[in-house]
Amino acid sequence: MSGRGRVSLFVTCVVDQLFPSAGLAMADVLEGLGYDVAFPPQQTCCGQPAFNSGYPNQAREVALQFLEVFRAAGHDADHIVVPSGSCTAMISHHFADLNLNPPRVWEFSQFLLEVARVEDVGARFDGVVTFHDSCHALRELHIKQGPRRLLGKVRGLTLKEMSIPEECCGFGGMFSVKFPEISQGMTRTKIASIVETGASAVVALDASCLMQLQGALRRDGHSVRTMHLAEVLASR
Amino acid sequence: METNIQQTVADPKLQLAIYTATGRLKDKRSESVGPDALPQYQELRNRANLLKRHAIENLDLYLEQFAANVEAHGGKVIFCDDGTQVADFVLGLAKERGARLIVKSKSMTTEEIDLNERLEHHQLESVETDLGEYILQLAHERPYHIVAPALHKTRYDVADIFTRRLGVEREEAIEKQTMLARRVLREKFLSADIGITGANFLVADSGAVVVVENEGNARLSMSVPKIHIVIAGIEKVIPRAQDLAVFLKLLARSATGQPLSVYTSFVSGPRRPGEIDGPDEFYVVLLDNGRTKLLADPEKRQSLFCIRCGACLNACPVYRKIGGHNYPWIYSGPIGAIITPQFHGFSEAGWLPFASSLCGACGEVCPVKIEIPKVLLALRREVNAAKPKSWEYRAFQVWAWVMRHPRGYQFLSRLAPRGAMQSLLPVRNVPPLAPKSFRQLWAEREKAKQARHGA
Repeated sequence: MSGRGRVSLFVTCVVDQLFPSAGLAMADVLEGLGYDVAFPPQQTCCGQPAFNSGYPNQAREVALQFLEVFRAAGHDADHIVVPSGSCTAMISHHFADLNLNPPRVWEFSQFLLEVARVEDVGARFDGVVTFHDSCHALRELHIKQGPRRLLGKVRGLTLKEMSIPEECCGFGGMFSVKFPEISQGMTRTKIASIVETGASAVVALDASCLMQLQGALRRDGHSVRTMHLAEVLASR
Repeated sequence: METNIQQTVADPKLQLAIYTATGRLKDKRSESVGPDALPQYQELRNRANLLKRHAIENLDLYLEQFAANVEAHGGKVIFCDDGTQVADFVLGLAKERGARLIVKSKSMTTEEIDLNERLEHHQLESVETDLGEYILQLAHERPYHIVAPALHKTRYDVADIFTRRLGVEREEAIEKQTMLARRVLREKFLSADIGITGANFLVADSGAVVVVENEGNARLSMSVPKIHIVIAGIEKVIPRAQDLAVFLKLLARSATGQPLSVYTSFVSGPRRPGEIDGPDEFYVVLLDNGRTKLLADPEKRQSLFCIRCGACLNACPVYRKIGGHNYPWIYSGPIGAIITPQFHGFSEAGWLPFASSLCGACGEVCPVKIEIPKVLLALRREVNAAKPKSWEYRAFQVWAWVMRHPRGYQFLSRLAPRGAMQSLLPVRNVPPLAPKSFRQLWAEREKAKQARHGA
């Protein structure tokens, strides 16, 4: 039933702890395409929180953990798939800044289009959704049309673009802790644009953006759901 | 600082003014550099980056060449370390020539050294002639934006300012306000003794000073008075006149979405025999004011590539929330966030590199491809290194230990109510942690699968 080879998941600490459903959905989609899915259980984090906060030594420690985990049992020879643009970019673009040589990693939608070469994964989702471009997926990995093509093949789904899909959600890791007024101001602008579309869900590639948006949507009493792309693609 | 940011964010009128004005500039920029309007845009950015890199890495050479060419055309070049030296030069010259009135066109470099204030202390009147700058001079405010200095002022604000400061009847129509300013300023141009302008580019191989503007006030400032003084940062030098073909295509588009600004003036010395206009005396003041400090670091040096187009401000979601006056220096937005700490140190500006979500919108629109997020990160590392025992440093030590020890991580992740784990995640508006982590659910799922296969 399989036969397309093995993929290893790097689910990221945020998905592990806060959005496990996105990770499971990603595994479901990949298995549905015929991949053997492995999850190296010693994995933790890519080191991005420390790297972006200006603590390269701490980031490097954690990045080493990532490398060791994926080197063990030859997972680095697999396709490593990540449900996050920013964690993917951390590994592919910024491990080098820490003098580390990373294995090839794929952001989930990139993997589907560039490796698995599918647009239609057989999903069905009834409703109108809007798509948020996560900053690092967009500007570091140059992912723009891919997720939209995948959403375009989902039966029952209508994609309605918001006015400012490329504007930051306001999260930015420690930024949201250190400058809550600015961060929340940015989020308010973003959710106004989301709500304006009338969509029932906002879809993104990064769980951290979704978390930021979800908090603000709930606080303001909006019923718009936040969904990871994998969750939409796993819907039947 | 904090309270002012809160005030700005909570002021709906100001928020709308900032968001609308920057939004308009942002949209116009992206139209003007789109694949139909300027197919070679990315190639031009690469060229501009290489040219700036080359110019900055050979700054001494090109400054010497520029100065020699200016002097060959009968101008004089004055190197100044700081604002005091600039003011001393201008004041000395004004005294020698008996000058009383200066007209000035828009220049961030002179804002940087508070030139007007320094001159006013010595009873030398210095009038801003760019409309936005003029409004701000009357209001006693510093520029809100590198390109659109009075971006935060509505026409009603301008009506208030004109009525109060010029003693005229209240006028709310923009055209009439403009005509009023024009009448006042025209008189100033005609009676001014000295004109001061900035420079967008200093061309080494020809000694030309290039000034880009839309209102014509810079051209008047440099041609009507008998004396023209250019005040420019040393980083403005570019090697060759032909390089302007790259920069001029990028500058106005990035700033306002115009293919070219309304006026592009090239001046290279005083009026020559037989010429009908131009000044009798021509001076170029080349200002360091801390710029050479930035040359040392090969990564952060790129901060000096900036051509002051303001595109990063319009693209920046942080600038668009907090506006220009919450930045500690006249350079605001992403470029301000990287140069202010390097010029003024971390005690005043150390917070700036952290006030960013690292979304990267600034780097994406920069016409000379300054890697602003990269420089922000480098500065974050430096700021942290300067306070080695902060609580944050310790927290990241603990965090790194946990993330390096999967067992510790797994133990914490199983703790109910999992508050300890929550505190380790880089998040604030956290929804409650999922009842079970992915790894727990995965283990259960694998077990169920095995049971199915076993059966």
